[in-house]
Amino acid sequence: MDFRLSSEHEMIRKMVYDFAQKEVAPTITEWDQKQEMAPHVLEKMAEQGLLGICVPVKYGGQGMDYISLGLASEELEYVDTSLRVVLSVHTGLCCLTLLQWGTDEQKKEFLPKIASGELIGGGAFSEPGAGSDFASMQMTARRDGDDFILNGEKMWISLATKADVAIVTTRSLLDAEKPSQGLTCFLVDLHSKGVTTGDIHGKLGVRAGSTGWIAMQDVRVPAKNMIGTEGEGFKITMSAFDNGRYTVAAGATGLIRAALDASVKYAAERETFGRPIMEHQLVQAKIASMHLNHEIAQLLYLKAGWKKNMGMRNTLETSRAKQFATNASFNAASEAVQIHGGYGFSDEYPVERFLRNSKGAVIYEGSNEIQTLIQAGYALGKRRDKPLRCELPAYDEDAWLEE
Amino acid sequence: MKIVVCVKQTVDTAAEIAVEQGVISWGDTPLVLNPWDEFAVEEGLRLREAHGGSVTALTVGAESAQDALRSALAMGADNAVRISDSGLEFADSLVISTVLAAAIHKLDEVDLVLFGREAVDSNAGVLSAQVARRLGWPSLALTAAIPVLTPADKSIEVERMLDRGRQRVRSSLPAVISVVKEINEPRYASFMGIRKASRVEIPIWSLADLGVDSVQPGVAWLEMSAAPQSDVACEFIEAVDEAAAAQTLVARLREEKVI
Repeated sequence: MDFRLSSEHEMIRKMVYDFAQKEVAPTITEWDQKQEMAPHVLEKMAEQGLLGICVPVKYGGQGMDYISLGLASEELEYVDTSLRVVLSVHTGLCCLTLLQWGTDEQKKEFLPKIASGELIGGGAFSEPGAGSDFASMQMTARRDGDDFILNGEKMWISLATKADVAIVTTRSLLDAEKPSQGLTCFLVDLHSKGVTTGDIHGKLGVRAGSTGWIAMQDVRVPAKNMIGTEGEGFKITMSAFDNGRYTVAAGATGLIRAALDASVKYAAERETFGRPIMEHQLVQAKIASMHLNHEIAQLLYLKAGWKKNMGMRNTLETSRAKQFATNASFNAASEAVQIHGGYGFSDEYPVERFLRNSKGAVIYEGSNEIQTLIQAGYALGKRRDKPLRCELPAYDEDAWLEE
Repeated sequence: MKIVVCVKQTVDTAAEIAVEQGVISWGDTPLVLNPWDEFAVEEGLRLREAHGGSVTALTVGAESAQDALRSALAMGADNAVRISDSGLEFADSLVISTVLAAAIHKLDEVDLVLFGREAVDSNAGVLSAQVARRLGWPSLALTAAIPVLTPADKSIEVERMLDRGRQRVRSSLPAVISVVKEINEPRYASFMGIRKASRVEIPIWSLADLGVDSVQPGVAWLEMSAAPQSDVACEFIEAVDEAAAAQTLVARLREEKVI
């Protein structure tokens, strides 16, 4: 077993690190304080090819593997969570859902513009009254000739006001035996008549990102934009979460590292009782814990990424990775604030932003309580992965690089 | 145009450097492409894009130096060559310049050689001039812009950075140029470049391949030791105004026998 990253992966990691440091890091505090997304971020990420990093070249992507997606997520969130969120929803939720569940025609028609970043994609799943209990979601889709008419509202949607298109889960079969069996996904043009969007302000964290709501009133969507079959929406949404959640796990790993590096730097400079605080054992204990948790978090998400590369179902691994990394990042950020003392309580240092950002990931993309239930299901033998009609394709270098 | 960019693998400037038992150590911090060389690679790529041709990255070093070449390839360089030989273990710039000049001869019909202004580990900044001298080519050091390049006429005009202002110089080609950071903004590695860089087999040339007999350095490193630690104390001069503060400062400097 070789635990080393390939030279290709190392170069990708360095490139994304350099990109984020140069393009975003210098002004992130300012945009976080403004509670706005810097206007250049999406364009620059698209230019660099990040938005389609693991999408096959023939569909407009860069042809890299799923581990590359994880590494890029880690390096982006090292600077700020808002950057990684772009990859989570555009690439993880939107592109990979199309790659997994789209027909050949849909992939050819929709993916190139999205993977290249010409269109920004998102995933619209949760609603004001439906988060963890996703099967109870209410947005409807009613068949009308060659179209469906969508009505309802989605909330807590990343890139709500920035995305051009989104995978939207609706309830189209009102008489389904179980609520989860009545759901259907569509790729919706968010510039369609009847779509309105807005930003949510006053968030605790990810303030330099875009989070908002999407309302649909009699929005007409062609039936050919249905992703998967009618009634398959719950499975498709859960698959989407396997990919979004993976990037959250990887990103949180970057946040642990950011908290660690900030703490080490500060602990080397700050002196108390006549010596740098890094020489005090309680500070060392905090830093050692961050260091260990970063390693564990990285191993967990890389294993999930490896399983994706192999075409193996990875719901359990992704759940573990997401839960561990996000909990650990929240702890790391909290301890980083503690190490910084009074200065940690001010935005003069980045650690307070890390702490505010870290809390979101414990809640979204499947709360960590839900992750516990998922893992308990596997552990108790009550949950077994049944084959899906469409699986996330295994990474095949030749196929991914084919033009 | 055939362009060669000489690059070096160096320590990251953010690394903590220590000397342990006479050996320099930088811990686990990875080595990097010399930051100044990124500007040189970028300029080579821009000139290729404008005038056609190829860019070859060239380095002297052990196996780890391959990473510097792969970085250049990932940015978009077409080829890379590494020079490595046991006889180069204690090489100084006199040796390195001999070896680089031989390699440039071997690459044949090179129009332009680019260097970053200096390596961040040695800060000497003399290698480009030494290579130019050995090749018998013009040396255009500290170039901040290349406003005119006419390959057909084998002519180039550059703006060299001076302490104050710039100097515009015309030269024939081939020439050796060292660049400063004002010349461009280096691009990031592209995914396509990364893919190519990770797969390409980089040829290794020995001294024998270059037709170079053993070379002796002009400088021998007798001893390496860490800089002496010094305690730094900061004293704030309190005064009613700047004039009074200046007087107090002068008095303190006299007391400390600084002036």
